[in-house]
Amino acid sequence: MSQAQMPMQATNAPRSFSDTETPMVELRGVSRRFAKKLDIAAKLARRLGASVREEIVHAVDRVDLRVRKGEVVGLVGESGCGKSTLGRIVAGILPQSEGEVFWNGENVAAMQGEAAKIGKLRRQMIFQDPYASLNPRMRVADIVGEAPLVHGLTTRGKFDGYVDEQMRRAGLDPAFKRRYPHQFSGGQRQRIGIARALAVAPEFIVCDEAVAALDVSIQAQILNLFMQLRKDLDLTYLFISHDLGVVEHLSDRVVIMYLGRVVEEAPTERVFAAANHPYTQSLLNSVPRIGNRKRAFTTVKGEIPSPLNPPPGCHFHPRCPHAFERCRVEVPVLREIAPGQRSACHLNDAA
Amino acid sequence: MAEPSPHSAPPTLEVRNLQTHFFTRAGVVRAVDDVSFTIGRGKVLGLVGESGSGKTVTGFSIMGLVDPPGRIVGGSILFQGRDLAKLSEEEMRHLRGNRIAMIFQDPMMTLNPVLRIDTQMIETVQAHEKVSEEEARGRARDALGMVGIPSPDERLKSYPHQFSGGMRQRVAIAIALLHRPDLIVADEPTTALDVTIQGQILAEVQKLCATTGTAMLWITHDLSVVAGLADDIAVMYAGRVVEFGDVGEVLDAPLHPYTHGLIGSVPSRNKRGEPLRQIPGMTPSLLKLPEGCSFRARCPRAQEDCLVMPALHDWLPGRLARCHHPHLDEVATA
Repeated sequence: MSQAQMPMQATNAPRSFSDTETPMVELRGVSRRFAKKLDIAAKLARRLGASVREEIVHAVDRVDLRVRKGEVVGLVGESGCGKSTLGRIVAGILPQSEGEVFWNGENVAAMQGEAAKIGKLRRQMIFQDPYASLNPRMRVADIVGEAPLVHGLTTRGKFDGYVDEQMRRAGLDPAFKRRYPHQFSGGQRQRIGIARALAVAPEFIVCDEAVAALDVSIQAQILNLFMQLRKDLDLTYLFISHDLGVVEHLSDRVVIMYLGRVVEEAPTERVFAAANHPYTQSLLNSVPRIGNRKRAFTTVKGEIPSPLNPPPGCHFHPRCPHAFERCRVEVPVLREIAPGQRSACHLNDAA
Repeated sequence: MAEPSPHSAPPTLEVRNLQTHFFTRAGVVRAVDDVSFTIGRGKVLGLVGESGSGKTVTGFSIMGLVDPPGRIVGGSILFQGRDLAKLSEEEMRHLRGNRIAMIFQDPMMTLNPVLRIDTQMIETVQAHEKVSEEEARGRARDALGMVGIPSPDERLKSYPHQFSGGMRQRVAIAIALLHRPDLIVADEPTTALDVTIQGQILAEVQKLCATTGTAMLWITHDLSVVAGLADDIAVMYAGRVVEFGDVGEVLDAPLHPYTHGLIGSVPSRNKRGEPLRQIPGMTPSLLKLPEGCSFRARCPRAQEDCLVMPALHDWLPGRLARCHHPHLDEVATA
């Protein structure tokens, strides 16, 4: 994958399959905060002088992200790191609190009318839980066909043929289209989710832990389907997962998040061969691998801190084996340390 | 350590031809049908399989926790020579939590949300031994320390919801360790945890088994965890053990086509960007299993004779497989 190894700076160069083109999706300084509103009792208590404050979670904290056309970007992190929230912002189903999202170079917030609608339609999402993301009271044909019908991609008359084609493409037998989601196995349900996402002819797919709930042998089938579809339909993916094995296999580039911030981003080979950030390194060390035999578990000390009350400075410093004074006070910035590799660690300045 | 070799000492657990069936209105579900394996003292056996393969029911059968309509209908579970399947409920209760303990995927299955940790742990100690509360508290504190919980004295006074997921699982493991059991059945205990936390728990478990001589049945769907943790591996498919052997040997050169396919479909075993090797089709329903070998319909090596159910045969020393056409050729070259 040559495009994955090129530098990340984009300019307004002519459209070609390279890094110089406008990224398909670009986030600039995107943050998302969730606040727990005070209830009446708490408001009253505050009136009376109690030190009650709104609890604010910085789920995503000033993230920059670029995804170029045709690329598969893996987004990795542990629970509570904000990867799903970021995925939802990219897919356009959750507004950001701060920052800007660009779609093919256009600011999404400034897009209006038809353009905004089509822009949104081109970005689709596939969810983790195929049990929860399908309406149990709708037949498969309607789950898959409803959106294209509403958006005029098909007509009532051509509906059946259109749905059949979508189902076949996702590896489902169209004979089952009158069935309900509960009549399918987990892997098949995930295929329904895929057929639904693809039915509106998207260009960009956000997969949020799309294979995490599946058995290994079924997971392989679905991952192969993703790769086949990428080739056939020229898709671009943001692939969110906690499973580094899956991400390594699928992605051109990997972005690693920790407590709302991107800590490292690099081409896949680079991440797995020469990870720079101490968090990435310890994450890679913790992953059990089928090739690692007997008694080789290394551990990162400590717990993932609560996102309600993240540590100051670098979020990772309480667990980091190399932390020094500066890490406790100053937030490290994401800087380029090698072609295509960016890392947010003060250690890179020391050298 | 001067431990006796597992080949001379009698195994801690020996399961022979275990059958646990569920008598449902839709028919008899043979959730566990002919499962056999052994675990030696201080050893870890990884019991691997996909959803519905019967691995959890196997664990529940050992613990005597199978509820109606389920029932153990055949085979034996020899724990230090005693057949657990023949014990009365009362006798089983003396063993459970004492000599045999279980760790569940969700630690809240073990923990009572409305009781403090110390209440629950002291109760567990006193359920099996006549000791003072003081002493029981001391044992609880030591157990928490052993699984790497910082400041155990303070943490004893906390409620389960005040712990993170990883810490809760540590508490559940600590409770399992209170009586220094001879066998721990662990059912997907790290599946819900993040990798860095999983790594910490696996490291603790390794240390514990090596130092205390506790045998461990580690039930999981994750081959990579078993690769690093277990001594032996048993692979289950559709209620039966299809392969058993040393973890390194099985993962390097599996005999059974199902094990072969399962290992092949792990992403890190494939070339990056290439299609993953996959097992076609899906697990058959336990209500209507195909005749003969259950894997036949998905198997690339299946032939006429697969219509007859193969037995678990030791094709090589210490290597068992339930297959008429095992991958013996690859063992020679591996």
